[in-house]
Amino acid sequence: MPVPTPFHGRTAVLCESYDWRSWAGYLAVSVYEPSHEREYYAIRNSAAAIDVSPLFKYEISGPEAARLVDRIITRDVTKCRVGQVMYTPWCDEDGKLIDDGTVARLGENLFRLTAAEPNLRWFTDVGYGLEAQVRDVSQELAALSVQGPNSRAILKQVLTGVDLDGLGYFRLAQGEVAGVPVTVTRTGYTGDLGYELWIRPSAAELLWDALFAVGAGYGLMPAGMVALDIARIEAGLLLIEVDYKSAHHALIEAQKSSPYELGLGWAVALDGADFIGRRALRAEKARGSEWAFVGLEVDWLSLEKLFAQVGLPPQVAGRASRTAVPLYKNGRQIGQATSHTFSPILKKQIAIGQVRRTYAAPGTPLEIEITVEHVRQRARAVVVQTPFYNPPHKKA
Amino acid sequence: MNDYNAIVIGGGHNGLVTAAYLAKVGRRVLLLEQRGVLGGAAATEAVFPGCRVDTGAVDASLFADEIVRDLFLKMAGLHFVEGKVAVFAPQPDGRSLTLYPDVHKTAQEIARLGHPQDAQKYPAFVQQVNHLTAVLQTMMRTPPPDLHTLSLSDLTAWGKVALQTRRLGGREMMALLRILPMPVAEYLDTWFQSAALQGAIGAAGITGSYLGPMGGGTTLMLLYQASGGFGRSRFVLGGMGQLAQALAGAARQNGAEIRLHTAVARILLNEENAAIGVRLADGTDILADAVLSSLDARRTFFHLVGAQHLEPRFMRQVRAIRYRGSTARVNLLLNGLPQFNGQESAAQLSGHIRIAPSLTYVEKAYDAAKYGRFSPQPYLNATISTLADPTLAPTGQHLMHITMQYAPYHLRDGNWESERERLGDHTIATLAQYAPNLPALIANRQVITPLDWEQQYGLTEGSIMHGQMGLDQLLVLRPVPGWSQYRTPIANLYLCGAGAHPGGGVTGIPGYLAARELLRQKAGV
Ligand SMILES: Cc1cc2nc3c(=O)[nH]c(=O)nc-3n(C[C@H](O)[C@H](O)[C@H](O)COP(=O)(O)OP(=O)(O)OC[C@H]3O[C@@H](n4cnc5c(N)ncnc54)[C@H](O)[C@@H]3O)c2cc1C
Repeated sequence: MPVPTPFHGRTAVLCESYDWRSWAGYLAVSVYEPSHEREYYAIRNSAAAIDVSPLFKYEISGPEAARLVDRIITRDVTKCRVGQVMYTPWCDEDGKLIDDGTVARLGENLFRLTAAEPNLRWFTDVGYGLEAQVRDVSQELAALSVQGPNSRAILKQVLTGVDLDGLGYFRLAQGEVAGVPVTVTRTGYTGDLGYELWIRPSAAELLWDALFAVGAGYGLMPAGMVALDIARIEAGLLLIEVDYKSAHHALIEAQKSSPYELGLGWAVALDGADFIGRRALRAEKARGSEWAFVGLEVDWLSLEKLFAQVGLPPQVAGRASRTAVPLYKNGRQIGQATSHTFSPILKKQIAIGQVRRTYAAPGTPLEIEITVEHVRQRARAVVVQTPFYNPPHKKA
Repeated sequence: MNDYNAIVIGGGHNGLVTAAYLAKVGRRVLLLEQRGVLGGAAATEAVFPGCRVDTGAVDASLFADEIVRDLFLKMAGLHFVEGKVAVFAPQPDGRSLTLYPDVHKTAQEIARLGHPQDAQKYPAFVQQVNHLTAVLQTMMRTPPPDLHTLSLSDLTAWGKVALQTRRLGGREMMALLRILPMPVAEYLDTWFQSAALQGAIGAAGITGSYLGPMGGGTTLMLLYQASGGFGRSRFVLGGMGQLAQALAGAARQNGAEIRLHTAVARILLNEENAAIGVRLADGTDILADAVLSSLDARRTFFHLVGAQHLEPRFMRQVRAIRYRGSTARVNLLLNGLPQFNGQESAAQLSGHIRIAPSLTYVEKAYDAAKYGRFSPQPYLNATISTLADPTLAPTGQHLMHITMQYAPYHLRDGNWESERERLGDHTIATLAQYAPNLPALIANRQVITPLDWEQQYGLTEGSIMHGQMGLDQLLVLRPVPGWSQYRTPIANLYLCGAGAHPGGGVTGIPGYLAARELLRQKAGV
């Protein structure tokens, strides 16, 4: 039985659809209203509040905290200054992805890591022999993501003690809401302007109420997982167990992926300090990866044609799909799309996935499987760069 | 170019064997020993004035003969003394049982004690043990196959073991598979009725282990202990440490350099996590092409390499090794020979004097250890080294070395500082039940606890075998699964001590095989 999050008192009354799901053992709203559309557009056009408390959160402290974080993550933590946040993957000994998340440097020797899955044992074991402590603070922090173009305007009225105009992309600050300390990070899972707020659970509802008291005038809406899923695909962001399988859960080698194979090569600092998986990743870099991460745009005319054959307009709009489908080139399967969705803002059918390296160049025409009235068909698609949607206000 | 081709850490007998073999083929070798004496857990030390005391190992029957030959150790001053007696086992009822190297003489002795059926079976038993130890000997000398690569040459070597096992014939082969994992108490139950006989033979199955004779795998230890020949005791003239001296002589003769009082503080790694040398406790760095550690895996990797340089999966394996020392030592200087109940001649004391009147007695001794206390009625194995070599103590005096089990490293109450002398008292009191004149003969005594083994001799948790010798920590699983070939995940770092295959005891085999592996890997260097 999933348990409620600290925001449950507020989200439960708003969840008209009764459409809940379990996220890491917590009750998470899939959609509040019968349809996710307004929630999605709130993210893109006004602002949305998303309860992300189920994220796993770890605090790493001690004289060698930085060394431990450096040993865990593939990025170079010495480049992360106090007050900065980094998105990063982390890998096992063979350079295969275990999980990905953010590292916030709260102090010289104090870090907070978010993860999609439990990582306490892994972090602790990586730190064995180092003077650093790993603490699971998942239950000590409620997390609320406020995303969308109006998010800053709303938060400026809710939070005190923070200069939000001065808070850069992937930076953090400490503020207060009604006297309760809140950590603000300019991060999110939408590829939009947005912030994540970290607060003690007992003050979660207070934060929620303060936000909505102001936010109503800015079109603030609560948004669920369905809307978020579309937004994160538009942003080209990975979802564990959907776009990749954690090396800790993979049953066979072929199910594992390296950061290079997931478009995260930019987050691998091979020349920094040693980290778990570096040796393997160096070798992979030298050898060349087998797989590459791609974004795909499905050719609309091709879709129309396939559906026209059965007398229908394209039946694509709706929720994002987390079911992988094959990708083809010249009739041979060369990869798979792991997440795909109709992008309401781009008015395009888009997908992310993995293909054999040789087919990864932007502009490469491929084919994607699509099921039309129970019959498997192939639509034309083309490899494109991600993110699909990248508004200027994201970093402004 | 580095000053040395190889640095060997630890001057126990295995480290010395490695150094001697490498020097013999022209490698520039430096051996570093933290203590002021060589030999490690098989050393002879000036514990009492005017005496040379064996502080650790006493019996050298496991030491590989081919090493004696290869290194010309006899020329370097190594001389063995065969014990006329294997085991002398005084009994609570005042009688005694003596096991001799000679099978028929022993059978007569068993018959004399009123066990004609056991006496009759004894020769067949010895034959089975000899068959099984013959296979074991080959296994001990064959590096386990590398599970990562499963190379043909590895497997061919094991083919020999398989062949030898097949030659045993179907029945013996089944016996081997059935017997190895058995509790020694059950194995001996299938042979003998006499509790005294079972105790005298079977106690060897718990040597150095944190298991009672009813624990699985103890038969394997019995066979391991018999792998130098069942019913044998063999000592070194000049004390066990003379073996180390002879090895050191052979090593030096070939140009190896040996430094005492030189503790290694760290194994130096380069950017790629490969070993490049060592840092001494005084801060000096010495570089070498390869580093061979004769310390156990836990010490090598956690103390000298540092867990923070290990990949978690390897770190977890090392962390999971069971050490759990259970052995204490009481060394006595005696103003004369003790007189045991049921003892007819002094010669009877020239082998192992064993207080293990039954395996139930030994199991009971283990019960206390299970709950973190040392055994109130311990299993004792004593030797009197001055019977093999009277020059070890002043004329008329004798040295008695009593190995005591069980003394658990982890005490539930108190600590080893406060328990040390109490353990000494208990040990002597136990022995005095069988040799009433003993306490009055004691001129001096030394008690070595599991904590002392760790702190002074570098044995993790006081494990005299550098890790328990259970079935799950032997062969391809020693020191940890997948790394049984002396190599380690740290390039250029090798293990050459008792923590590696085949394991503990004064065999010299880990040291020898490690040197061979290094030469195979670095043929050109
Ligand atoms: C009480 C007792 C009785 C035993 N009885 C017998 C017996 O009768 N027969 C038998 O075959 N076996 C016996 N054993 C077991 C046997 O002695 C050991 O298994 C064997 O000697 C181990 O040899 P080794 O060379 O592998 O390691 P060790 O002898 O442990 O040698 C390791 C050496 O490394 C040194 N060292 C540690 N740390 C450092 C450092 N940082 N820098 C430099 N040097 C360092 C140590 O001082 C030591 O000299 C007995 C052991 C004990 C303790």
